[in-house]
Amino acid sequence: MQKTKATSRIIDPQHADSKMAVDPEDRKAFAVREPQMGISLRLRELYEYHELIYFLIWRDLKVRYKQTALGVAWAILQPFLMMVVFTLIFGRFAKVPSDGVPYPIFSFVALLPWQLFANALSNSSNSLVNNSNLITKVYFPRMILPLSSVIGGLVDFFLAFLVLSGMMIYYGVTPTSAALTLPLFILLALATSFAVSLWLSALNVQYRDVRYTIPFLTQFWLFLTPIAYPTSIVPEKWRLIYGLNPMAGVVEGFRWALIGTSSLDWHVITASVTIVVALLVGGLVYFRRKEKIFADII
Amino acid sequence: MSGKAIKIHNLGKEYRIGERIKYNTLRDSLALVMSNAYKGLTSRIKRNSGVADSMNGSKQGAGLMQNPRIKSNHGAPNYIWSLRNVSFDVAHGEIIGIIGRNGAGKSTLLKIISGITEPTEGRIDIYGRIGSLLEVGTGFHPELTGRENIFLNGAILGMKKREIERKFDEIVNFSGIDRFLDTPVKFYSSGMRVRLGFSIAAHLEPEILLLDEVLAVGDAAFQKKCLGKIDNIASSEGRTVLFISHDLAAIQSLCQRTILLEDGRVAADGPTKEIVDQYLSTMSSIEEVPLEERTDIDTSSDRSVIATFLKIENFETGKPITPTSRIILKIGYRSEDPVRNLIIQMKIRDFQTNQVITTLDSENSGGISEILPREGAIACITDKTFMTCGRCKVDLQFYTGTQRTYKLENAGFFNIEDEIVHCTSNISRYYGSYFLKHKWLFENS
Repeated sequence: MQKTKATSRIIDPQHADSKMAVDPEDRKAFAVREPQMGISLRLRELYEYHELIYFLIWRDLKVRYKQTALGVAWAILQPFLMMVVFTLIFGRFAKVPSDGVPYPIFSFVALLPWQLFANALSNSSNSLVNNSNLITKVYFPRMILPLSSVIGGLVDFFLAFLVLSGMMIYYGVTPTSAALTLPLFILLALATSFAVSLWLSALNVQYRDVRYTIPFLTQFWLFLTPIAYPTSIVPEKWRLIYGLNPMAGVVEGFRWALIGTSSLDWHVITASVTIVVALLVGGLVYFRRKEKIFADII
Repeated sequence: MSGKAIKIHNLGKEYRIGERIKYNTLRDSLALVMSNAYKGLTSRIKRNSGVADSMNGSKQGAGLMQNPRIKSNHGAPNYIWSLRNVSFDVAHGEIIGIIGRNGAGKSTLLKIISGITEPTEGRIDIYGRIGSLLEVGTGFHPELTGRENIFLNGAILGMKKREIERKFDEIVNFSGIDRFLDTPVKFYSSGMRVRLGFSIAAHLEPEILLLDEVLAVGDAAFQKKCLGKIDNIASSEGRTVLFISHDLAAIQSLCQRTILLEDGRVAADGPTKEIVDQYLSTMSSIEEVPLEERTDIDTSSDRSVIATFLKIENFETGKPITPTSRIILKIGYRSEDPVRNLIIQMKIRDFQTNQVITTLDSENSGGISEILPREGAIACITDKTFMTCGRCKVDLQFYTGTQRTYKLENAGFFNIEDEIVHCTSNISRYYGSYFLKHKWLFENS
């Protein structure tokens, strides 16, 4: 029985070849595999795989929701408890100035983008290593893994944002028209997170030390970012250097847009945006260069 | 659609041995930088220190050779070509089998074609959308339900959400797990997982499908169903399939053309029957499988006895192993110290189910002398095995007294080829691991 099956669809290889001779040799290939010398960022490919990004985010959310008792509540609890501690220690005891806004609002506005950033850092730096089974068995643009970890953080962000809205109503803080610029600063926060993630996740494949430095790095970075204190306490001449921490620009922007503290410090913002662009471009190039060997060494 | 589907030209892939297991830690990299700097410094000092050293330069060279780090940094032995000078074309609608021993480069080839890893040299042109299935159920998440995993796995394999929704019922029907659709996959048996995984993959619609040994799992009935499905995909839907398998029967029933890879090269390419015969004829005179460079060895100490090679063949050299063959398993070993009280244990397992068929244990059978030289080989010769046809793998363990000093899983593989025993052809593993010689008699009650 098997024999008849086989003969019924035998393709004579010679015959197929002669057909090829008629066919122009240089028919355009759908895909080519060869050693890549130059760097092409192939960002369009990322868009082609947008459904996979969606499913990976969906997976992470689903799993977290199933594995944890409090589920989504963690998204709100984390920044909220931090805000409470900050308010007590820095607002009440240390009497840190808060630019004339109630301290809880002052710190919570800053904690929102900070949580987005800190979560992105810890999730995405391990994203490649944790998905090594995918990397060695299926092709897709590897960048999708850190990217979906970063974008996935937005869900938590918006949940916490609801809490902020509630608090603002409670304290009677009304945003001005500056609030319309908020999406720009959210974008900046995402870009910062993605840029740092690209570096850390790619480095983590080769040097597993990275994952141990993340908690330390996050803590360190937290104090360099104006979350518990206003940027105004940083001396004028240090502002530009201070802005080299892109999260400083992000937090500054959030405060300005939502609670309208002082005027926007353009030194900080310019420095932050510049450094993010540099980090992002560098990160994309570095990631593309390293991703060729991910499957071989992960 | 006619013409070529895949054009492979002069493909090569070089790997660094051991890289996959040993992670670079930052400390190692730093240490290397430091030690290189130190070496540079000391050699400069030595160079400056005068004639005396330059005279015994040869001695110094010998010293360098003994330092393993230097050898591994500069020596070629650290790199191997997993594939080299591989060229062949695949026409649209062809089903091509790829066979070869473990480590011949089959999987590497599919990984390069699918884009998972990059070739070191050469070029592949691909004319059509590619779907690859190198593992069943890649990316299944144990916490998610079967339903959820169908979407996740489908997306990972490159399906669009709409496509998955459209084929959802078909996938569920094919897998036959509809009752457990809303159960988390962690509660599935491995068989169920495989069935679900294959069902999703079988409903992919790429123009070119790459399959790697996916049928090596699952029960016989489902395997048959899978083969039927692949056959269907290729013949009625006109798709191109590249199919790696150790299951020569599957290759023979599916593929008209087969490519035999040997040490990263195309050893033969032609009609399946011829190639399979050629492969089987080389199988019977198996070469020694070197074991020293394996990275998954588990030893109790640096001074343990280690295996250098394993060679499994028919006791009557030159013939394939069949159920009525006597098998000889030859193990090379090496040790820093003289070897005392060595006990060798070899577990022979079924390749697919991993179940132990039998264990050869020198403690029970005796025959290894108490003291052995530092280097040598020990052979184990069996009686006629009557093991049923199929592929086996061998785990190798050394003991000293009761302590295990060396362990290597999947140290060697061998096939038991089809043979007519007792007028029964093809006694497959389906009947069990052993064929027991027996007869039937009529008795008056």
